[in-house]
Amino acid sequence: MTATVPASTPTIRFTVNGEAVAVRTLPMKRLLDVLREDLHLTGTKEGCGEGECGSCSVRMNGELVNSCLVPALQAEGAVIQTVEDLATNGVLNSLQQAFLNCGGAQCGICTPGMLMAATQLLEVNPHPTLAEIREGLAGNLCRCTGFMRIFESVIEAAAKNIEDTAEPASHAR
Amino acid sequence: MRGNPQVHEMIAPGTLAAVLELLSSKPGEWTPIAGGTELMVAYAAGRLSPSKLINLWGIPDLRFIETNPASISIGAATTFRDLRAHQAIAAQLPLLAKASSWIGSVANQSRASLGGNLVNGSPAADSSPALLVYDAEIELISVRGRRRIPYAEFHTGYKRNAMAPDELLFAVHLPLRFAKHRQYLRKVGTRRAMAISKVALAATALIEDGLISEIRLAAASLAPFPARLYQTESALLGQPINAAATQSARTALMAEAKPIDDIRSNAVYRTRVGANLVEEFLLTLLSEGKPQ
Repeated sequence: MTATVPASTPTIRFTVNGEAVAVRTLPMKRLLDVLREDLHLTGTKEGCGEGECGSCSVRMNGELVNSCLVPALQAEGAVIQTVEDLATNGVLNSLQQAFLNCGGAQCGICTPGMLMAATQLLEVNPHPTLAEIREGLAGNLCRCTGFMRIFESVIEAAAKNIEDTAEPASHAR
Repeated sequence: MRGNPQVHEMIAPGTLAAVLELLSSKPGEWTPIAGGTELMVAYAAGRLSPSKLINLWGIPDLRFIETNPASISIGAATTFRDLRAHQAIAAQLPLLAKASSWIGSVANQSRASLGGNLVNGSPAADSSPALLVYDAEIELISVRGRRRIPYAEFHTGYKRNAMAPDELLFAVHLPLRFAKHRQYLRKVGTRRAMAISKVALAATALIEDGLISEIRLAAASLAPFPARLYQTESALLGQPINAAATQSARTALMAEAKPIDDIRSNAVYRTRVGANLVEEFLLTLLSEGKPQ
């Protein structure tokens, strides 16, 4: 699948999942499409395509963004993390494992976005309350689980954070 | 219908000076884009009309929060996440902090900018009611220089504003003189995250000797653009907080509100909810403490 690229097409350089990449692409191509079509990172999903559903969530410079709303040109120099970065050599990380344990994923379309939103949340706030989890994931829609199992997954992952850092459980507000 | 990257040009001059130069050389030809949470949605739907976009994202001169003893200045490309995370804003401008926490979702707050919210000019803009009741000033910049106007004079009609084609919104300035005021903000929408409001109301008021000695009310979605409710304010100024004052405020609001019918709500509902919100604010004034 080779598209004809106009001569003025710039090369956009950024880092994705720790790897420096250079992509020759039109400035207004969506980051979502650059990730999926140019870099073949198809873990990131397209849902609504208008920033409402969160399926295409990735992390950019340490912040959660909807990759469907980011023009490629604005990714220049950015550090991007996608869902492909979470597992190591095929071994799921604790958050992914918690989704598996708790039934946090059903059809799977929202899951990459949920995982990235939860990753962002837990990085900023390792021991979130249920209300904070709800807010952190409020931009991500799921049509299967009814959300409770997703919240439970994040609670389990956060509890694992507590075990890992050997803090008393009472510190989880 | 999907956006076609072939038909939209986008450039990133990288500095404020270069952006202003381009806006000046071809006024109206280039449309600034910051976090893209509005323009990219239009783009995705295939209804983005500007074909030439000039990138503001990543220009440091436009993304700052500067605190002074008597005011806080906010660069136009400052994101709502920046605003939420800022201690002085939480402490001194709680309504703005609260509005910032409501906008979109985490992913939108990390991209959407204060300036974009204002320039986009939606009647439902989330940050606007708070800025209006805090007497915000807007600073515009162009190669010709800078000028300041009261934010209350910025919107001039539905999606229209006081900016010249070569101007860029540079900053929002907020005076810090509302510490003693009672403050209120409430948004009525459909969904917690992402919902565009049906109606929102912000208020600041000073109560002295049981009378309302100063009051500012501002609403989203009660007019073609976010606006102060001057007639409702007049109905309350100098009044005690009682049933009669509440009734005259409701009557004034009903007369003053000029909401539209649209996909999210209708004019009758919006007006009634607007009146209810004013009443709720007045009720909070009766209770002890400092409600928000």
